[in-house]
Amino acid sequence: MSKKVLVIGEARDNKLRNVTFEAIAAAKSVSQGGEVIGVICHYQDATELAKEMIFYGADRVQMIENENMKTYTSDVFAQAILQTVEEESPEAIIMGHSSIGKDLTPKLASKLDSGLISDVVEIDYNGENVIFTRPIYSGKAFEKKIITNGIMFATIRPNNISPLERDTSRSGEISKREVELSDLRTVIKEVIRKTKEGIDLSEAKVIIAGGRGVKSKEGFEPLYKLAEVLGGAVGASRGACDADYCDYSLQIGQTGKVVTPDLYIACGISGAIQHLAGMSNSKVIVAINKDPEANIFQIADYGIVGDLFDVIPILIEEIERVKVGV
Amino acid sequence: MNIYVLMKSTFDTEEKIVVENNKIVDDDAEFIINPYDEYAVEEAIKQKDNHGGKVTVVTVGNQESEKQLRTALAMGADEAVFINTEDDLENGDQYTTVRILEAFFDGKDFDLILAGNVAIDEASGQVGPRLADKLEIAYVTTVTKLDIKDKNVSIEKDVEGDIEKVESSLPLLITCQQGLNEPRYPSLPGIMKAKKKPLEELEIDDLDLDEDDVEQKTKTIEIFLPPERQSGKVLEGEMDNQVKELVSLLKKSAKVL
Repeated sequence: MSKKVLVIGEARDNKLRNVTFEAIAAAKSVSQGGEVIGVICHYQDATELAKEMIFYGADRVQMIENENMKTYTSDVFAQAILQTVEEESPEAIIMGHSSIGKDLTPKLASKLDSGLISDVVEIDYNGENVIFTRPIYSGKAFEKKIITNGIMFATIRPNNISPLERDTSRSGEISKREVELSDLRTVIKEVIRKTKEGIDLSEAKVIIAGGRGVKSKEGFEPLYKLAEVLGGAVGASRGACDADYCDYSLQIGQTGKVVTPDLYIACGISGAIQHLAGMSNSKVIVAINKDPEANIFQIADYGIVGDLFDVIPILIEEIERVKVGV
Repeated sequence: MNIYVLMKSTFDTEEKIVVENNKIVDDDAEFIINPYDEYAVEEAIKQKDNHGGKVTVVTVGNQESEKQLRTALAMGADEAVFINTEDDLENGDQYTTVRILEAFFDGKDFDLILAGNVAIDEASGQVGPRLADKLEIAYVTTVTKLDIKDKNVSIEKDVEGDIEKVESSLPLLITCQQGLNEPRYPSLPGIMKAKKKPLEELEIDDLDLDEDDVEQKTKTIEIFLPPERQSGKVLEGEMDNQVKELVSLLKKSAKVL
């Protein structure tokens, strides 16, 4: 049965996040030939963002502009999007399982008295039922869930559902709506950027992760260089975070982030079960470790036994050589 | 200040997961306080030390959870409430849990509610924000710093590695992120004292709820383990050649470069 599906778009630095395109693809699949409506909250003209959503598969897009939307707060965004939900009465809502998605969707689900299946990695069908697969126990297991009552609401994990091909010949209605906001109880005073431009750990296609073997804060430098060459992000094991070599926001594992990049390069990480839970569903895993007995080699596709400080510079050189095709 | 902590018991992070008949086997598993909830318990005790008041830890769970509530009391919480759903509910989801908590908080006086950012088992991260909405209070998730002065609250929040400085006011619900504090271990005197602290056990009937009131909106139809990863190829030879081989493998067979 075809459905009307709402996709909540998300922009960062005036650009739509990749997970929004993935959410559109998910919505398209859930809609089963029905209509996919995008909604985007923005502090300035969002026409370019709306167009992008259409190029990636949305049938039409509603823009909500308000100067209070420069930085996200749940009060502002929930009020704005609920008005769209009331107006459109969608049968399903899809959003990315990003920082904003995690914060916003439970509030929307509460307001709508609906269920919410978060962090979905796969969508399939059994007759009329839409089945959502999501990791539990940080990826040590998976569950398949269905919505039994009310609106079908899900957030999707970055990097798991492929976006549709960008098609600039697609067109659709772009409308703009004013929004009345009241009762704003949280205010963002300041945003301190600590991450390097662009790539967030949960969205990165390539992750270079360091463990205790990195030995110091400075020891992360070669990992950052390698990440730059590969267009990836840097992560860490709990050991490296606890030893204060890096910030906790980089931690990957059962506490910390669960990631599923195309390529995961573990440098000086022994491979404790808690760390493996956070990364073992990556597509290709490379391990670099001095200790040939390290647990990480048990799950790595390719392993190099050696000192990461010797291996990484050679690796950077070789990748650069291959890239320019010499 | 009246402080509440929402706490969940979870599998120890060391545990391997075993699935039988579409259910996770938990017979021999070790349980712990969900690590993110531990930050919440610690923060609650710290805030109480600064501002006075009372810390109450609340768990919705089964018989296993009582032990973790005692641990929280041993850390320094004053009271514990154990809402035992073992006999009444076969299944439930975040909607269910929040309906129960909403009924529990009905008529209660609270200034601050703390929860973990996420539980490491089901990892939905929904219960905190959903409850705040039902209680009609503001919430801030993934908090790494919390300063309270009178009714004013200054917060630092982790947003995918960046920090947002947030201003809000009590009453407020926050969810705790790693980096907020270093949870203490229960001391021996703490453990002794905890045995005498009040631990109230409730069933949903005591909250004027029946099974239909809390009926879940989602349902798990299957639980399975991911295919086991095979160990791959450990490269050999001169380091330069190993790296060359690796890059060519990544380029050709893995198609990620």
